[in-house]
Amino acid sequence: MGKTLFDKIWDGHIVVSKPGHPDAVYINTHFIHEVTSPQAFDGLRKRGIPVFRPAKTRATADHNVPTLHQDQPIKEALSRRQVEMLTKNTSEFGVELYGLGHRFQGIVHVIGPELGITLPGMTIVCGDSHTSTHGAFGAVAFGIGTSEVEQVLATQCILQYKPKRMKIEVNGQLGKGVLSKDIILYIISKISASGATGYFVEYAGEAIRRLSMEARMTICNMSIEMGARGGLIAPDEITFDYIKGREFAPKGADWDKSLEYWKTLYSDSDAEFDQVLTFDAADIEPQITYGTNPGMGMGVTRHIPSLEQLDEKERPSFKKSLEYMDLQPGAELLGKKVDYVFIGSCTNSRIEDLRLVADFVKGKHKADDVVVWIVPGSKQVEAQAMEEGIDKIFAEAGFQLREPGCSACLAMNEDKVPAGMYCISTSNRNFEGRQGPNARTFLASPLTAAAAAITGKVTDVRELLGQ
Amino acid sequence: MSKIFQHLVSSAVPVPIENIDTDQIIPARFLKATTREGFGENLFRDWRYEADNTPKADFVMNNPIYSGQILVGGKNFGCGSSREHAAWAIADAGFKVVVSSFFADIFKNNALNTFILPIQVSEDFLDRIFKAIEADPKAQLEVDLENQFIKIVSTGEKENFDINQYKKTCLLNGYDDIDYLLSLRKEIEQYETTRTYNF
Repeated sequence: MGKTLFDKIWDGHIVVSKPGHPDAVYINTHFIHEVTSPQAFDGLRKRGIPVFRPAKTRATADHNVPTLHQDQPIKEALSRRQVEMLTKNTSEFGVELYGLGHRFQGIVHVIGPELGITLPGMTIVCGDSHTSTHGAFGAVAFGIGTSEVEQVLATQCILQYKPKRMKIEVNGQLGKGVLSKDIILYIISKISASGATGYFVEYAGEAIRRLSMEARMTICNMSIEMGARGGLIAPDEITFDYIKGREFAPKGADWDKSLEYWKTLYSDSDAEFDQVLTFDAADIEPQITYGTNPGMGMGVTRHIPSLEQLDEKERPSFKKSLEYMDLQPGAELLGKKVDYVFIGSCTNSRIEDLRLVADFVKGKHKADDVVVWIVPGSKQVEAQAMEEGIDKIFAEAGFQLREPGCSACLAMNEDKVPAGMYCISTSNRNFEGRQGPNARTFLASPLTAAAAAITGKVTDVRELLGQ
Repeated sequence: MSKIFQHLVSSAVPVPIENIDTDQIIPARFLKATTREGFGENLFRDWRYEADNTPKADFVMNNPIYSGQILVGGKNFGCGSSREHAAWAIADAGFKVVVSSFFADIFKNNALNTFILPIQVSEDFLDRIFKAIEADPKAQLEVDLENQFIKIVSTGEKENFDINQYKKTCLLNGYDDIDYLLSLRKEIEQYETTRTYNF
């Protein structure tokens, strides 16, 4: 019987597999950042051991960093300390750091791919659940905790039980104004925030195949929001074209050899999955979430479910969620006033996202009482945006283009949405307090967010798009 | 982190909410520490305290009737961010066991690596636990790791739970994964020589 893509990569990286034990899996690339690594380095110090393969770990500062005045010292003392600790740890243990001020600095899941560090067939981990992003290249990539960060630093391996395999096929063609973000929000709304827990997902089907690498990254990024260990997409010409020529991508004979290997990375036609789900792209309209987990989403023109539509057991959590959001069961969101628009995060802060938004807002201006933050995913994205004049389009529209970092996705820095305010956000989580204490989040695509920036309310972007 | 128990009898703190994500367990703004200690005071911070730090009377941890070393949560406990700080906060607040009908994968690993025992029970048994605590906030639960069962002491209702034998050995003996991985050094170096590509 054939193998799935996931099995090919996983099995090829097993160092030791003993009955009753988790597999010891070799890790090709390990990304670290300032928040989940300090305790791991401390662990190494306590054991008196070095980083086993320092060249296979890369570091950046992203979670905590301010998105204004990055050339100045970080004002907030605890954030500054954590970022300084990363500098100290990486220097002491010989790990490459793309810290603040470095031309490669940015959100860890944006820089890995854009620098050509993320490659097909790799195993990739990072102390961040959105590590699943790198799966877009046909890599087995997943988020880990700090104890596991320490495992990888100490041994370049991780102990893991092999997850089950799920295939999600999206067939057909996407409609106007529907982006890959809408595909993944739609899938999560159908299968719930825990619908893929215990699984590693492979995305397939015509609608996935047609997507750019940036769009594929958005899909894989949010695999964790349905509980999946990770998500991946078989590499193809679109993947190879994206990688070719990037900073750390293989060159010359290495490229040819790599390409030969990458072309073997697909699920065999007779490979078996533990579960297969199929969706039709034509059923997907621009999506928006109304609740406090990413599974609580719907088409932007739809109504929030009424209590009667839910199982009795689900009602208490549902009611708690809507109370937090100050929304009524059965209500619609179209026309709901928004206060903030956040376009950024490892889900949607790549150059393609910024281009899409710029293209849409060119010649338009934001609504008066809306604050619009655009936070590019990396210094390279920022530089590219300036080169293309996108920064000027944003300035004319009244959008603030800030400096790279995780920013208001998790509000660890100063970029917080004030209590009680509504933010339409291209990020990945609408949990209570995620964007600031008592802030209320609507997750949506960059286009739907941009539309809200212009109108000041939740809008069906399709109505603003030309034919 | 200390070794885990083999056998525990304790009352429990119930949080009967589904999809408790790690942002609720420990909000991101409290992740700035560089050690593993001290996160307990911010466990469930925004459910537990008002913005001005006054305790919210209706949250279970602020009600002195409820106490114990067992935390009981609704389905899909620990979803969201991979922050191990969530497990550290739970441990730091004095819990040794978390019971739910379903755990998010990363949280489960993080809990085990923090020597907290995540016990997955059936939805039905979870309901019974919540009902037992509702009837008597001091209701005792018995957890036996060696024999892999959890029991509601007052009614004698009991359910077995699964735990991987490797992890069980680690928990009972205080071993961690790094000890085991470090013992595989020869195999790891051997594996590296078999890789023909540049990664």
